[in-house]
Amino acid sequence: MGIVSEGFGGRRRSRADLPPGQYLTQDFPVLSAGPTPHIRTEHWEFVVTSESGERYRWDWAGLMGLPAEEITKDIHCVTRWSKLETSWKGVSLDTLLADVETAADFAMAHSYGGYTTNLPMEDLLDGQAWIAYEYDGEPVDPEHGGPARLLVPHLYFWKSAKWVRGLVLSDSEDLGFWETAGYHEYGDPWKEQRYAGD
Amino acid sequence: MKSEASDATHLDGNAAAGALSALFAVDITSAIARCSGCGQTGVFADTRLYVDAPGLVARCAGCDGVLMRVVTTPTDTYVDLRGLTYLKVPNE
Amino acid sequence: MERTALRRRLSWQVATVTDIRPETATARTLVLDVPDWAGHLAGQHLDVRLTAPDGYRASRSYSVSSDWRGDTIELTVEVVPDGEVSPYLVDVVKVGDQFEVRGPVGGWFVWKPEQEGPVQLIGGGSGIAPLMAMLRAHATSGSTTPVRLIYSVRRPASVIFVGDLKELAASEHVDVRLVYTREAPAGEPRVGRIDADVIGQYAFTPVDAPTSYVCGPTPFVETVADLLVEAGHDPARVRTERFGPTGG
Repeated sequence: MGIVSEGFGGRRRSRADLPPGQYLTQDFPVLSAGPTPHIRTEHWEFVVTSESGERYRWDWAGLMGLPAEEITKDIHCVTRWSKLETSWKGVSLDTLLADVETAADFAMAHSYGGYTTNLPMEDLLDGQAWIAYEYDGEPVDPEHGGPARLLVPHLYFWKSAKWVRGLVLSDSEDLGFWETAGYHEYGDPWKEQRYAGD
Repeated sequence: MKSEASDATHLDGNAAAGALSALFAVDITSAIARCSGCGQTGVFADTRLYVDAPGLVARCAGCDGVLMRVVTTPTDTYVDLRGLTYLKVPNE
Repeated sequence: MERTALRRRLSWQVATVTDIRPETATARTLVLDVPDWAGHLAGQHLDVRLTAPDGYRASRSYSVSSDWRGDTIELTVEVVPDGEVSPYLVDVVKVGDQFEVRGPVGGWFVWKPEQEGPVQLIGGGSGIAPLMAMLRAHATSGSTTPVRLIYSVRRPASVIFVGDLKELAASEHVDVRLVYTREAPAGEPRVGRIDADVIGQYAFTPVDAPTSYVCGPTPFVETVADLLVEAGHDPARVRTERFGPTGG
């Protein structure tokens, strides 16, 4: 494996309670694969499209009108940092999807800026996923995905799409931005499903 | 002025030279690249490269469309060139 | 150099640190021996890969700050606060240590002595490194091509290559201007970033048709490249190399 540098540890602190291969971080690294969209809330919308093509739309006021939850969860980025007990406020997807008529097994999250990521429907329900619009008591920064991002903390954080604008539901699984370029289709950090085939 | 979406988190296409030299026998960063989205054509080194991500993403300086993605796993490298109509490399 | 040496997929090689020169309080130059180094052009860079005892790896790109004279290569590294690789290279590495490098890479942000036309170099902070390789190649080759360097630093103590720059500036073909953004030395009234006035006063004009090389942090490069284009320089002759904010 080449030359080992004694005294090089990076900025890592390993902990037994983290998923395998993850290291603890205190700050909140910003990962970006493109320019940061700056979406004003008056222009924001969130659209769920069912497998039959039916559209369910919320604007910002509509989202704010839904019951919100306070969420405190650990998050795990596939680039190996984990951050513990991050606190968010947002609307559960159970709430948003309650009146959506669907039997779809899969969803594709779409974001402002063109990002996509695929998720099984069952990972979006039962208190596992939210549309989050506050982080640490403040509106989510654009660089962290504001005004609203998907939050699916039990999967690697690339699944928690920043600048989310909608979900397209489907009977068949399609792959998103990173999943078509070598990343795992599901991404369970506890099984270390980083790359396709892991 | 720059578009509202423009921010200063990207590098130049030059910065992909290491990863690309591990894949190609010629220097891709000095090749001419054509964006399949808007048709902008120019040297790959002038594209916008995002490296703070799970992979390398090169975007068109004209339309921000994705030109190229490179993901390196422990065993393989994935190269997606869908956003490029062509790369032009001199024969010398 | 035979064609086969250039036309190859690059792989990682072992570099041995043979000398270390402090440059500023936060930057130093590592002299590296890389046995199979194929030579490089001024302005090219390489990737450094570090492997921790537990197998964790991190890699970063650094410009080569020396010109190629057939023996060693030099990297000039400035510490990025909270960085991962740069603190190791600046504060920990000692003579005799080894790590992996891959290079040289990049064929665009380069200057060759046979290249036509004047050369405008504009650097910010440790963005001076590839420009220094160009200045050194210019001196080594005995080139009479006119070169101007505008080098933006925070304060006098932040100047990297202070001695080398004085020597180089003695050449009738080389003009060196320092721009201080926070604190200037005695006798230098101007404190501030590079602006249209600085470009107008010290840079080649579009009529001179220089090739410009701009290197520094991303916001610096954006600003300077825009200033050059606004001053009438052909964008196709403005070459840029941005660095950061990539965790250093």
